[in-house]
Amino acid sequence: MTGKFISIEGIAKRYPGAGGSTTAVFENLWLSMARGEFCCVIGHSGCGKTTVLNILAGLDAPSEGAVIVDGQAISGTSLDRAVIFQSHALLPWRTVLGNVGYAVSSKWRSWDRAKVRAHAQTFIDLVGLTGSEHKRPSELSGGMKQRVGIARALSITPKMMLMDEPFSALDALTRGTLQDEVRRICLETGQTAFMITHDVDEAIYLADKIFLMTNGPGAVLAEVVENPLPRDRGRTDLHRHPLYYALRNHIIDFLVTRSKSFTAEKPDHDPRNVPVVHIGKPGLTIASGSDEQRQTWIPGTSPGLTA
Amino acid sequence: MNASLRLRAGLVSIVLLAAFLGIWHLATRSTGTVATMSPEYAKLMGLTATQDKSAMPGPLDVGAKLWEHLRRPFYDNGPNDKGLGIQLGYSIARVGTGYFLAVLVAIPLGFLIGMSPLLSKALDPFIQVLKPISPLAWMPLALYTIKDSSISAIFVIFICSIWPMLLNTVFGVASVRKEWINVARTLEVGTFRRAFTVILPAAAPTILTGMRISIGIAWLVIVAAEMLVGGTGIGYFVWNEWNNLSITNVIIAILLIGVVGMLLDQILARFTRMVTFPE
Ligand SMILES: Nc1ncnc2c1ncn2[C@@H]1O[C@H](COP(=O)(O)OP(=O)(O)O)[C@@H](O)[C@H]1O
Ligand SMILES: [Mg+2]
Repeated sequence: MTGKFISIEGIAKRYPGAGGSTTAVFENLWLSMARGEFCCVIGHSGCGKTTVLNILAGLDAPSEGAVIVDGQAISGTSLDRAVIFQSHALLPWRTVLGNVGYAVSSKWRSWDRAKVRAHAQTFIDLVGLTGSEHKRPSELSGGMKQRVGIARALSITPKMMLMDEPFSALDALTRGTLQDEVRRICLETGQTAFMITHDVDEAIYLADKIFLMTNGPGAVLAEVVENPLPRDRGRTDLHRHPLYYALRNHIIDFLVTRSKSFTAEKPDHDPRNVPVVHIGKPGLTIASGSDEQRQTWIPGTSPGLTA
Repeated sequence: MNASLRLRAGLVSIVLLAAFLGIWHLATRSTGTVATMSPEYAKLMGLTATQDKSAMPGPLDVGAKLWEHLRRPFYDNGPNDKGLGIQLGYSIARVGTGYFLAVLVAIPLGFLIGMSPLLSKALDPFIQVLKPISPLAWMPLALYTIKDSSISAIFVIFICSIWPMLLNTVFGVASVRKEWINVARTLEVGTFRRAFTVILPAAAPTILTGMRISIGIAWLVIVAAEMLVGGTGIGYFVWNEWNNLSITNVIIAILLIGVVGMLLDQILARFTRMVTFPE
């Protein structure tokens, strides 16, 4: 869990604005993630979260800066980085098996039909869709469609998963189950995951690190919040953890007030050394962004979890 | 519920048809009143004059004549007297050839234009000018350059069926959902495979709709084209029978043109249904 598996280095995204000017969605954005880490990005609509994710995926190119994955600058998309789209983006003319199989046969071009099928089936089973292989997306519920999207992303055994508000269109119950599944799968397979979300509780449940972005245009990555909750946390008893409310309040507070005023209040904000926030640690909040100073969670030492 | 609606609709259709045939019959029947006229004139004019018979044939005349045609659809007594089956066959063959050639050109070209914003912009003015030209306006030019009336008719069919297919293909290809393209991109699918596995299935319903519009237009145009070039075909048949003053045959031809047009449309509609996917 150390080292920089993914490193976003000083990227900017600018669009031509009205009257020949350019508007920058963000400038000089730095961000890094370790292998196996689950990171969530929270920020208001339009601050550039999707843009960052698309750049990470290689679907979009930054106007400036670079993205380094596993020591190599990326150019374009890659089968190493799977994307789970907000709108599931299943091909409606293909069945569940066809959609997952399309990804599998794209990664392993030489595999024969039977092998592709067997491999796809494994991942359909993994997301709990056994029995629905031959249904078309139009015959599936929203939750099932998103499961297919997850199966498709996982089936190519990527090095990292990129998720753009994958559960925002689902009802609370389905969202809960899918969060459980994604968390289980990511922990089991040691996936590195980058997820955009609007849901603070979702971030607290899933993420090891939470990136807080200020409002755009000219958005900045304001803080990296380390999740103080134990790794074996359950979705239903999150709120019993003594640090839960402190964490939640910190994020909500940021979203409600500080996301607007951050840039004005912190003119000396260094985008290369974004403050890391450790909730509940005495002396608190700000440490520098470097890896050595990051506090990692050691199971069993959590204050008050046994309560 | 659905079945009963269909049943009732069928009944209404039959009633409407019967009413139409009835009115037609009443409007064209002979009243039997004998006008006073010279015997020579009466002989010359036939029943039309002597029994106030309308020059318009009634449904019974048409029915009898149609039965005659249907019994011998493929006879061939020289250039001016061929069975209706043969005439329709010529027309369908011309439409089929011109249309097929148009498909071969329009769909690949539409793919290229739809996938390339540059080509799309560069070719747009040409398409905009060429599209509204009546296909028959090409006829003299075609006759002059090709020097063969039958091939000229095929060329006119080609020209008239290419535009709806081309424009629909361009539109279908250009408006494939971005997210589906992105799926292919994240899976590192190459351009060629992407065209066949994502863009073609996604654009197929739009392309087929264009093909369906085209076949309709082609069938409309072939009648006019054959009236111009003459020789063979259902269009020529209509014109020839008009010159023969055989309104009965003209009506039969109109009926058959309608039926064949409907069948062509239904075939394309079936194909469209086959490639349409529910979302
Ligand atoms: N093609 C584009 N042209 C101009 N502006 C764009 C374009 N795409 C996105 N933007 C702008 O970039 C900003 C960030 O968009 P996005 O990354 O989708 O935000 P988020 O996902 O955080 O809601 C928005 O303000 C949007 O208006
Ligand atoms: Mg977004």
